[in-house]
Amino acid sequence: MGLRSETFHENYAQDTAIYKTRLHSGALFVFLVLLAVCPLFLSDRIVTIMTMIGIAIISVHGLNILTGYSGQISIGHVGFMAVGAYTSAFLTVHWGWSFWAALPCAALAAGIAGLIFGLPSLKIKGFYLIMATIAAHFIIIWLIIQLRDITGGTDGMAVPKPRVGSFVFDSKASFYYLVMTIACFATLLAVNIVRTRAGRAFVAIRDNDLAAEVMGISLWSYKLQAFFIGCVYAGVAGALLVHYFGFASIDQFPFMDSVWYLGMLIVGGMGSTMGAILGAIFLKLLDELVTFFGPILSAFIAAQAAASMALIARGLVIIIFLIIEPRGLAHLWGSVKAYFKLWPFSHEE
Amino acid sequence: MIFLIQLLVTGFALGMVYALVAIGFVIILKCSNVFNIAQGHFVLIGGYLGYTFLVTFGLSVWVSLLFSVGVAILLGLLIERFALRPLIGQPELAVIMMTIALASVLEGFVTLIWGAQYKTYHGVLPTLNLNLGQISIPSESLIGLIVSIVAVGIFALLFRYTKIGLAMRATAEDLQVVQSLGIKATTVYAASWIIACVVGVIGGILLGGVSGVSIPLAEVGMKAFAVVLLGGANSIGGAIVAGVILGMLENVASGYLDPLLPGGGLSQIFPFLVMLIVLIFRPYGLFGMVRIERV
Repeated sequence: MGLRSETFHENYAQDTAIYKTRLHSGALFVFLVLLAVCPLFLSDRIVTIMTMIGIAIISVHGLNILTGYSGQISIGHVGFMAVGAYTSAFLTVHWGWSFWAALPCAALAAGIAGLIFGLPSLKIKGFYLIMATIAAHFIIIWLIIQLRDITGGTDGMAVPKPRVGSFVFDSKASFYYLVMTIACFATLLAVNIVRTRAGRAFVAIRDNDLAAEVMGISLWSYKLQAFFIGCVYAGVAGALLVHYFGFASIDQFPFMDSVWYLGMLIVGGMGSTMGAILGAIFLKLLDELVTFFGPILSAFIAAQAAASMALIARGLVIIIFLIIEPRGLAHLWGSVKAYFKLWPFSHEE
Repeated sequence: MIFLIQLLVTGFALGMVYALVAIGFVIILKCSNVFNIAQGHFVLIGGYLGYTFLVTFGLSVWVSLLFSVGVAILLGLLIERFALRPLIGQPELAVIMMTIALASVLEGFVTLIWGAQYKTYHGVLPTLNLNLGQISIPSESLIGLIVSIVAVGIFALLFRYTKIGLAMRATAEDLQVVQSLGIKATTVYAASWIIACVVGVIGGILLGGVSGVSIPLAEVGMKAFAVVLLGGANSIGGAIVAGVILGMLENVASGYLDPLLPGGGLSQIFPFLVMLIVLIFRPYGLFGMVRIERV
């Protein structure tokens, strides 16, 4: 679907290829080149925004595999990010590890936390699972506050910037490259995970878990795999976040952010890697819009307008997408492409 | 011993308010199969409405209650008509996300209107002091208890003896049968949202009278979820029993466990611990119906 009419697939490999035409791979190449050169032209502020979008994309990819593909709804994603963040912070600060060794450990720790809190998913689903993941978030944050010796409690802790040899990733642009490289690999991995046997099992579980089990898919194994993979992504994103700010504190992991990650997924389109990216970009840009217009509104309406605008705008965007375009931006993009595929001689079905 | 009984008695009154809030949640769930994450925000709005009518406008308690309920009915109607009705037939996640987004929008409007400041109307509610031997029951708790019991009683009568109550119970049983009998499901949905808003707002006024109103009041919704899970998601009786149990447990936990930990705060995650334990060992709660799924 979405291919121009002259394209023919003659064998299975062509049909399952990620880049189906030269146009696809060409467009991707151009996009990557643009991504690589844009910090040279853009201001620090925009590079910062793009870095934050990159971190959000990594996190949303994980949530997409867990919720979009496997149907295991999680509103504790930020909690798992915090696990990764504090693991990396602890290893680099207290044990003096380098960032590059701490990052995989952070991912692993978040994944293991995901396995533990994913256990209820074997018995429950839907709303009950949401409650279990919300509980997971609050228990993780509570533990971080209580384990003062390891995490610094509510005071937080200063975290060193990543370095290679004598080069330190402390400028905005250098961290941008770091985040974008990891985000690109995360995207590549996400695209390919859902094409594997496990990925197809995830979709089967999402569509009907009982039917999937009858077909011989081990729910026990694949649900936990989904939790593990999703939380590994969260752990990487969390670790990047604290190393970017050079500081780890529980204020960076508010509960509502889990909701917004899920919102990004809704806006972008569940169960679509492209959707995860588009949704993260859309909601982050909306935030920027609010930050820009907030002070203006505050001046005219009330002092608290800026704070309330963020909540209202994000909530309304999610509501509008749910009502008008439940399959999200990815589907919208697909329909636009389908329209122009036959343009100007498109026909109504 | 006196200390324990004191904790249990105030916990009982607190638990009745939780139960009241949880009932709103259960009614929506039973009638329209929607898990309403925004229930805590109805409580928040209730608290601020109570402040507005009682303190800003200086109205008497009963008039304030009447106006607040009026606003709640309007709110319930609006939410059902414009947010939930377009989603009938959509998957569960879409509906849950809708209520989460609603919670965010409601919180945004509360911040816009009331400025998210801490407001209190302690002492505005009438005082009723009751002492049983050495155990004294605080006035707010007693009022909360009385209002909760009255409200629960009214809703029990509504379900038992009115046409709309019958329609709601029937919808909870089987939507298709109800529709084929000519009952408008959307009317039932609207009624369930109105009731949820009303009980949320009443709960908000009561809780606001005890501890003041600020944005974290919405977290009472979380406690209501724990109540609902413990009691069984589709059981109103279960919600009441579980509400009382949780209220007492929370009070006892904060009385005995909080001094043990330096940071305290164990009572804050207590509802979540209860939730996780219930979810792992008895996912359908104490009184819930075990659903048998077929492919």
